[in-house]
Amino acid sequence: MSLQSLDIIRRSATTTPSPQARGAHAGEVAKLIDVSKCIGCKACQVACMEWNDLRDEVGSCTGSYTNPPDLSSESWTLMRFAEYENPDSGNLEWLIRKDGCMHCADPGCLKACPSPGAIVQYANGIVDFHEENCIGCGYCITGCPFNVPRISKKDSKAYKCTLCSDRVAVGLEPACVKTCPTGAIVFGSKDDMKQHAAERIEDLKSRGFEHAGLYDPAGVGGTHVMYVLHHADKPELYSDLPANPTISAAVGVWKGIAKPLGLLAMAATAAFGFLHYLRRGPSEVDKADEEAARRELENTP
Amino acid sequence: MTEAGKSGEIVRYSYATRVNHWIVAICFILLALSGLALFHPALFWLTQLFGGGPWTRILHPFVGIVWAIAFVLLAAKVWRDNFLNSTDRQWLGHIREVLDNRDDGLPVGKYNAGQKLLFWLIVLCLLGLVATGLCMWRAYFALPVDIVRIASMLHAAFATVLICAIVVHIYAAIWVKGSVRAMTRGTVSDGWAWKHHRLWFRDVTRGQQK
Repeated sequence: MSLQSLDIIRRSATTTPSPQARGAHAGEVAKLIDVSKCIGCKACQVACMEWNDLRDEVGSCTGSYTNPPDLSSESWTLMRFAEYENPDSGNLEWLIRKDGCMHCADPGCLKACPSPGAIVQYANGIVDFHEENCIGCGYCITGCPFNVPRISKKDSKAYKCTLCSDRVAVGLEPACVKTCPTGAIVFGSKDDMKQHAAERIEDLKSRGFEHAGLYDPAGVGGTHVMYVLHHADKPELYSDLPANPTISAAVGVWKGIAKPLGLLAMAATAAFGFLHYLRRGPSEVDKADEEAARRELENTP
Repeated sequence: MTEAGKSGEIVRYSYATRVNHWIVAICFILLALSGLALFHPALFWLTQLFGGGPWTRILHPFVGIVWAIAFVLLAAKVWRDNFLNSTDRQWLGHIREVLDNRDDGLPVGKYNAGQKLLFWLIVLCLLGLVATGLCMWRAYFALPVDIVRIASMLHAAFATVLICAIVVHIYAAIWVKGSVRAMTRGTVSDGWAWKHHRLWFRDVTRGQQK
């Protein structure tokens, strides 16, 4: 994870440039998930477990094919199954979305993280957690508009999908992409993926899905995990995929203007005191005050 | 005041109150340093004082609990003396003279209006910091993320106000000579009480033969 990649364009809680002599000259990468081609086989979940050596606790059935019931520190990707009765066609549609980190161009987790180098963004767009620097505060969770990072109960570190940054670094595709039997998950440069998506969307439109479209939300600067949705006008249908994800305004203030303003307020208060002392000096009790006090005491019955 | 001081001195704070105050003060310093470490990347190095980032994250809320309890105990002793009254308006009207060290003869009880306002500001910040801090304490509380987001922002805001307020509090102790001993030895000089808190001076010395 902390191999020297020399292509870090953003690093959490760091105000100076990170090593970035190496770039992503083949372009930024993206994973494209074509929801319309997904059969819900969960091979991607298994591939993720295998490659990353993750074995989540075996839970119990909660009445849905979504299993485990949620992302966790040991389940970095999850097929979410939603049943949708389409009022226009009368069809029951099984909308299956592979959930996990979206690898935002403007990552809220990285913005919120207080620990230098616990979250980095590579030139290729992948957002990675470096757990050895993670302090376990959970600020990344407040920053994320997609509810992705999870704090481990074992080690109190935050975990999420790495987009197989280790595989991508040596020219391999992510494990979930490698395994997908229907080609619903593809991987390549972001430009190529957009082009591929455009072809898929055209095909879907010709098949009657007039609202088919690409999910690459601008509110977070676009993402490096994109979806082709048959109902791109209603992303909420897909297990509450947010229509307009943005970093929360509260986090924006807290991690933006509050930082310089807060320190400035503290420094200004201290400076006011210092300058006041230089100008007026101490307020001292002199002999006359003690004398006056004594006189008053003597006159007090 | 029941404890009698030596001649020329007036007891301002009992031993218990002084200990209580310094528990609050030490906790506050620890909280401010550990909180600032996680507030601004330029101050992250302060985590080293607490054994690194994870330890800073672990310790901060526990120190906060000790601080809050100790402050409540301290406040229970002094809150009655901090109600604002008509003489406080007069003091505030003469704030310029006070700042210029020309505040002779203003009627002031045990606390002046500045101290009283500061007290209530600290109470407000304490309530805000405890409420928002608990929301952020992931080890023990799991609240909806929207609440945690707003709590995090407000926690920083309350902390900023409180740190500024305590800077004023500490500066006032440096500026007004003879004040610090009230919280260390527990006593002030007659002249100090007469000059800065004349109504209180009369209150505690009435009926005493010196």
